[in-house]
Amino acid sequence: MEQLFFYIFAIIAVAAALAVITVKNPVHSAVSLIVCLIQVAALYVLLKIPFLAAVQVFIYVGAVMVLFLFAVMIIDIGKERLKEQVHGQKKYAIPAVILFFVATGYMVLWGKLTVPTPNDPAPLPGFHIEGIGKFLYTKYIFPFEIVSVLLLVALVGAIVLVMKDKKGNRPKDHTIDEKP
Amino acid sequence: MPSLTHFLMLGLILFSIGVAGVLLRRNIIIVLMSLELIFNAVNINLAAFSYYLQSLNGTIFVIFNITIAAAEVAVGLAILVVVYRQRKTVYLDELHEMRG
Amino acid sequence: MAEAVWLIPILPLFGAIINGLAGNRIGKKAVGFIGCAAVGLSHLILISTFFQLSTLPHLDRSITVAGFEWFASGYFRIDFSLLIDPLSILIGLVVTGVGFLIHIYSLGYMHADKAYWRYFSYLNLFIFFMLLLVLSADYIVMYLGWEGVGLCSYLLIGFWYEKKTASDAGKKAFIVNRVGDVGFILGLFLLFWSLSELGVHSLKFQDVFENAHRLDPGRLTWITLLLFVGAMGKSAQFPLHVWLPDAMEGPTPVSALIHAATMVTAGVYMVARSSVLFTLAPISGEIVAIIGILTAFFAATIALVQNDIKRVLAYSTISQLGYMFAAVGIGAYSAGIFHLISHAFIKGLLFLGAGSVIHALSGDQDMRNMGGLSRHMKITSVTFTIGAIALAGIPPTSGFWSKDEILWELFQNGHYIIAILGLLTVFLTAFYLFRQVFMVFSGKPAPDRQIDRPIDESPRIMTIPLIALAVLALGGGVIGISFFGGESFLHVYLSPVFEPGSLVLPKTHGTTAFVMMAVSMTLGLLGIFLAALFYLEPLRSIAPKFLNPGEIAKRFSGIYQLLCNKYYVDEFYAAAIVRPVKRFCQICLSFDLFVIDGVVNGAGWLTRLVAWLSHQFDSYLVDGAVNSLASVVNIGSRVWGRIQTGYLQNYALVFILGILFIIGGVMLVI
Repeated sequence: MEQLFFYIFAIIAVAAALAVITVKNPVHSAVSLIVCLIQVAALYVLLKIPFLAAVQVFIYVGAVMVLFLFAVMIIDIGKERLKEQVHGQKKYAIPAVILFFVATGYMVLWGKLTVPTPNDPAPLPGFHIEGIGKFLYTKYIFPFEIVSVLLLVALVGAIVLVMKDKKGNRPKDHTIDEKP
Repeated sequence: MPSLTHFLMLGLILFSIGVAGVLLRRNIIIVLMSLELIFNAVNINLAAFSYYLQSLNGTIFVIFNITIAAAEVAVGLAILVVVYRQRKTVYLDELHEMRG
Repeated sequence: MAEAVWLIPILPLFGAIINGLAGNRIGKKAVGFIGCAAVGLSHLILISTFFQLSTLPHLDRSITVAGFEWFASGYFRIDFSLLIDPLSILIGLVVTGVGFLIHIYSLGYMHADKAYWRYFSYLNLFIFFMLLLVLSADYIVMYLGWEGVGLCSYLLIGFWYEKKTASDAGKKAFIVNRVGDVGFILGLFLLFWSLSELGVHSLKFQDVFENAHRLDPGRLTWITLLLFVGAMGKSAQFPLHVWLPDAMEGPTPVSALIHAATMVTAGVYMVARSSVLFTLAPISGEIVAIIGILTAFFAATIALVQNDIKRVLAYSTISQLGYMFAAVGIGAYSAGIFHLISHAFIKGLLFLGAGSVIHALSGDQDMRNMGGLSRHMKITSVTFTIGAIALAGIPPTSGFWSKDEILWELFQNGHYIIAILGLLTVFLTAFYLFRQVFMVFSGKPAPDRQIDRPIDESPRIMTIPLIALAVLALGGGVIGISFFGGESFLHVYLSPVFEPGSLVLPKTHGTTAFVMMAVSMTLGLLGIFLAALFYLEPLRSIAPKFLNPGEIAKRFSGIYQLLCNKYYVDEFYAAAIVRPVKRFCQICLSFDLFVIDGVVNGAGWLTRLVAWLSHQFDSYLVDGAVNSLASVVNIGSRVWGRIQTGYLQNYALVFILGILFIIGGVMLVI
């Protein structure tokens, strides 16, 4: 039963991902990404960590993708530049990616990278959120604090980067408008 | 329940697609979205390992990963906005002054 | 007396130094005064020394006045010391006396010359060296004087050095003298070496003469012959006579002093001084006499055809020197010295007279342009004629007595051939002398002589020495006249010097002496008569055709040419010696230019080559290494820089490629 759900979620995720990288319109691409992310959240539920699913939906889908859509909205791309999406280096990139996929796939499937694990392991004792909370505040307290600082930095940084002063000019630093 | 290998393969496929997107698309926004794909592929792997090895470390890692990804997107889009204001383009192959 | 004796040579030396260093600043009068005074004072001191010597007993008259040590090396030691004995005093008196008269004469003769001071300086220097030669007590100091008079002769002959003929003549004199000097010094070496073998390490006259009898006669012959070679050079005997005629380029008083009265007699003096050695080596004495008389005859023949007033006198000097050597060669030392003294007076007189004529004619020396000068220059013509008479050997002049003494000694000792040659030369001597007298002083002036200014007698300062010398020429023979039944005053006086070595025993003059005198006088008068026929006007016109000089010259044109060209001796020397030496010099010059300069230039070229090579090395190798390194980096960077495209996605691709590498690596391991 779970296997079926896994396949459903997996296939939709893959299809959405493919759509992300192939469609011309960035908005379509963003929406496809949203679909993919929701599938990943479903997979988290399958893995019996609903907390992660919630976090994924809240943050990724709810915040990040909205941010993306805002950005797409601000950047007024216009239709006529939608041709020639694929980069000039495609003749080197495609074989590289394929090779990468094949090699890593081989490593995963037939390489000795991991220990054999049971298909159906026993679930973790206790409510998993409890465990997460406990870990976050004891074992991983330091990264927790750092990440919060990092978030602050990112917030401030983003604001500073796009800040305009009263006259509408950017604060004075060297601009790349001046051609070298 | 599918085995660990299924999840790992899925992660690999998503990762490859994300890499292909990074390398091949000219639009910065699409590139950033492909980057999100890569992040998610990694998260799937981590979560799968957390389930099959019966450890919460993976889960914690995923939490942090999501946080970082969010921060990175924020900054990345801010940069995108600034670059767009200056150069009026979002295509990566027109943004190559930092060369040599 | 000893200290005063040192002043004799030193005074002229001081005169030379003062005149040489300050002469051009102190004015002509002062220069002349210093020059004459130096010689005059020397003469006075010599006179006083002479009298002091006479107070000594007859056989003890030999004093060595020691001076300072010149150098000492091992056993050998040379002192500067002077020997005072009859011979040296006598010659010294002659040198300073005649020298003084010539200095007085030069005051007038050289008056207009701009190098007046240099002349008197050289002249005094000459007197110094000559006195050193004559008064020395050993052979080395004599050699010093010998060389010194050679040097002064060169300086004075080439006095007017801007004239090429004069400087050439000076060089010739010095070089020919040098050839003789080589013989002299070789003789001295041999003498010293031989004496050292006997244990005598000195060349003092005293030591040499006392030990000479211990030397091997053959060795002695070599020594004396080598010494005579030196005398030949200095006294112009054949074949080293060639410098004397050319030496007439110098001022006439110089010719009078050096080349008539004093320097040329140094050779005779030296042979006389070495009488002991020559007596012990009779073969070399014979050779000396033979060469002497041959030179006398040979020079007289050349004098017959000379047209320059001084050249006649030069060849005459050579001829008379031959007489002197003939005398000392056979051992008649006092006769030779007697002739030396009388010749000094006579030849000095003749040269000064010739100088007077030249001075009056403003430098013209060719006798063919002269004639009839007796009207204008009374004193000169009278004194000159007196000199000619004396030299021709007409009694009662000193020349007659001295020449006759020599001829008598020759005849007496059995050297008949030499005596006959001597008599012939008497005839020739009389002829050429009176040819000169008649050509210059008698008759009408030469038709092509330009008279630009009136010819006057020379100033008194020049004629007074002429008169003085004429008196001496007439009366100076007194000292040498051999009294009947005894020896001459001169012979007696000189006997302490020569007695130990004299071969000639004092003989009484008998009838043979009178016969000789008559014969020589007749020959002399005959010569004068012939000259009168040829050249004296009234007789000339009435002379028979065949006795005309022009005719004879044409008839015997071969001999005439030979005599005119002086037997081609100079030409022979030029071809045999001068030209090969010059060629050798050319070779040396080429050697220097090509080889030595070539080596030096080659070294320079080599340095340039090395510099070029190192430059090439530097620019190609070193710079090349550096540059290639830089270009490697450059190319490498250009190649590798292409990775930095500036495109973000290219960089991402490289990431992936790196990951692939890692995966590949891991796959290999696992």
